[in-house]
Amino acid sequence: MKLKSLALVATLAAAGAMPLLTSAPAFAQAKDQFFPVLSYRTGAYAPNGVPFANGFVDYLKLINAKGGINGVKVSWEECETGYATDKGVECYERLKGKGATSIHPLSTGITFALTEKVPTDKISLLTAGYGRSESTDGMVFKWNFPLTGTYWDAADVLIQHIGKKEGGQDKLKGKKIALVYHDSPYGKEPIALLQERSKLNGFDLQLLPVAHPGVEQKATWLQIRQNRPDYVLLWGWGVMNSTAIKEAVATGYPRDKMYGVWWAGAEPDVKDVGDGAKGYHALALQHGAEPNAKVVKDVLDLVHGKGQGTGPKEEVGQVLYMRGLMAAMLSTEGVRRAQERFGKGKWVTGEQARWGYENLALDQKKLDALGFAGVLRPISTSCADHRGDVWARVHTWNGSKWEFTSDWYEADQSIIKPMIKQAADKYAAEKKITRRTSEDCQSDSLETARKG
Amino acid sequence: MLYRENGQFKTTYASDQQIFPIAQDRLLIVALLAFAFIAVPFLASEYLFRAVLIPFLILSLAALGLNILVGYCGQISLGTGGFMAVGAYAAYNLMIRIDGMPLLLALLLGGVCATAVGVLFGIPSLRIKGLYLAVATLAAQFFCDWAFLRIKWFTNNSSSGSVNIGELNVFGWVVDTPAEKYLFCLGFVAVFALLAKNLVRSHIGREWMAMRDMDVAASVIGIRPVYAKLTAFAVSSFFVGVAGALWGFVYLSAWEPAAFNIDRSFQLLFMVIIGGLGSIMGSFFGAAFIVIVPILLDNAPILLGIPIDTATASHLTFMIFGSLIVFFLIVEPHGLARLWSIGKEKLRLWPFPH
Repeated sequence: MKLKSLALVATLAAAGAMPLLTSAPAFAQAKDQFFPVLSYRTGAYAPNGVPFANGFVDYLKLINAKGGINGVKVSWEECETGYATDKGVECYERLKGKGATSIHPLSTGITFALTEKVPTDKISLLTAGYGRSESTDGMVFKWNFPLTGTYWDAADVLIQHIGKKEGGQDKLKGKKIALVYHDSPYGKEPIALLQERSKLNGFDLQLLPVAHPGVEQKATWLQIRQNRPDYVLLWGWGVMNSTAIKEAVATGYPRDKMYGVWWAGAEPDVKDVGDGAKGYHALALQHGAEPNAKVVKDVLDLVHGKGQGTGPKEEVGQVLYMRGLMAAMLSTEGVRRAQERFGKGKWVTGEQARWGYENLALDQKKLDALGFAGVLRPISTSCADHRGDVWARVHTWNGSKWEFTSDWYEADQSIIKPMIKQAADKYAAEKKITRRTSEDCQSDSLETARKG
Repeated sequence: MLYRENGQFKTTYASDQQIFPIAQDRLLIVALLAFAFIAVPFLASEYLFRAVLIPFLILSLAALGLNILVGYCGQISLGTGGFMAVGAYAAYNLMIRIDGMPLLLALLLGGVCATAVGVLFGIPSLRIKGLYLAVATLAAQFFCDWAFLRIKWFTNNSSSGSVNIGELNVFGWVVDTPAEKYLFCLGFVAVFALLAKNLVRSHIGREWMAMRDMDVAASVIGIRPVYAKLTAFAVSSFFVGVAGALWGFVYLSAWEPAAFNIDRSFQLLFMVIIGGLGSIMGSFFGAAFIVIVPILLDNAPILLGIPIDTATASHLTFMIFGSLIVFFLIVEPHGLARLWSIGKEKLRLWPFPH
């Protein structure tokens, strides 16, 4: 009986704790520029989620160590999503009330759910190197920013590279290319472009889905053994990547015929496989592993040097850590750009920050000053183009580290642009939204932001 | 002292057969409904609406549906996530393919489609029972997962397999703000809960319970197993399908099949077991426990000002939540609803228990 009263008391206590929830988002700080950090340090995707989150947070710490964004300090809070969409939505709701102006969901599934929510909340959805490809069209997707590149760009660059290796795009005819992909919006994004390309270049595309979380790939690789595709494109994340490479070793598929997307080309993906992964290629979203970059040295000096580093020191400068640094840099630079227009050293609102992301003008000089010399190429965005310039290289695992093995590529916009237009129009029709006018591009953010 | 039915005489059959025979209960439920419908929209914050109350309401509707099947009819099901997906995708397809489709009708027809699928997968229940049935319903889950991932038509040929819906318009009322969405869901849940309560009190509910308690005996006294079991599957899938449509339309507004995967089925089954099998109230308790407790635990370190990193916090959440489930199941295997009725019994004697 005693235990039962304990249970009753526990239930009452839980009910009593409810009001705690109500007070959660009450304290919005107006002084600091707040950045929500959706991360996943647990679950099947943690090996890749952790370095990204560490890089992201370290960069924000670095900004504060350097005196903030023109004097405005930054603050942040992490929320664990576990790569689950409903948990991501809960995190977003929790953190947005604290003065968020931008958010990186780091999951294509969460990106889709948040795309429907950000316009009313006036928060920019930054998806650097992922997200929905058609959101490049800023005239329809006012609040989405797939900065630096989308999956359509990635797929296009990979096909270009394979064509070049074969000795010309025309040589792709009759070749067999298999796409091993994570069976989620993330893995399915490139399919549309690859199908377009296969019609154009005449190669045979095989689609091989792998179910979440990607540790069971025996059947997939059996198919590869039977069909012997000339190339395998790997669109995996988390444990799926290392599993795929292990299976390739087991089936004897040559690693140097495998090309990963830029999310399947980091240290956690190949480390466990060791020598077996030698020769495996992956795209590099501009940067690779950059242990010698100035920004990495700054982080080591000003953040890790003071004992405030977020993760292990050895991981600073690795591929996904750099991706996190880059993502955080894009968030803060958008704010800095907005400050140029709306008052230096002032806290910016969501609408003002959106103007900043839409008018990013990161030239080489600015990048050098930030310590990203040799890491990134200039990026500029506009109202019609929310993605900015796309540059990518291929890097190859040599058994101990990633090395660049190709020149810079730019995605072929003559194929991608009509696809973006078509997909964005379809979205607009489904959602019954009208395209923004060019006046809206020039004036609205200014007027509304001033009023706000 | 306060909670006593002394002096409340029933003089008609109608008054004897009310849902809440005790006046205090009626008062409480009216007050609760008034609070939920009138006060909460003004009091709650946006976070509370969007991250706590709306998912709680929708999942309690799904748990209610599952409780009819598992709790009242005794047919264990692991296909709930799949039936939710059928509701959501059917409503989505109706909305985009038929011009001028009213939202309410689309949601309800989504439920009807789920009913059809539910009855189809319920047919094996006529021959197999218990754990074997659980495995058979698991097939429904995997089949739905497969269909919505692979058959392009269901997702309107979306390149990423993710679908999104436009604005929610109920006969001119644009359901837009969090409070409106909450009221929309609350309306659904209130009507469906009343429906469920009356169904289980009616002859059909008695047939379900007879089936649950001993199917051989039930068929001997003239209850047709085919009819009883399939109606339970039908009603349950209808509720679950509508809940699935609401989950997609109101809560997520853009979703992929993973939103309705096997984890969702398990989550709902746990809700029903922890809340209380065969209890309408229990469905709500279970949903509250499964939805709200993890969020509370997750928020606790920040609210209490204890700086721990998110990975530790999330591991702790899992551990505490897991042990709470074990604790409640040991203390009260009949679920939170049973605790609630024990509480009421004690309140009757209070302050002079004998």
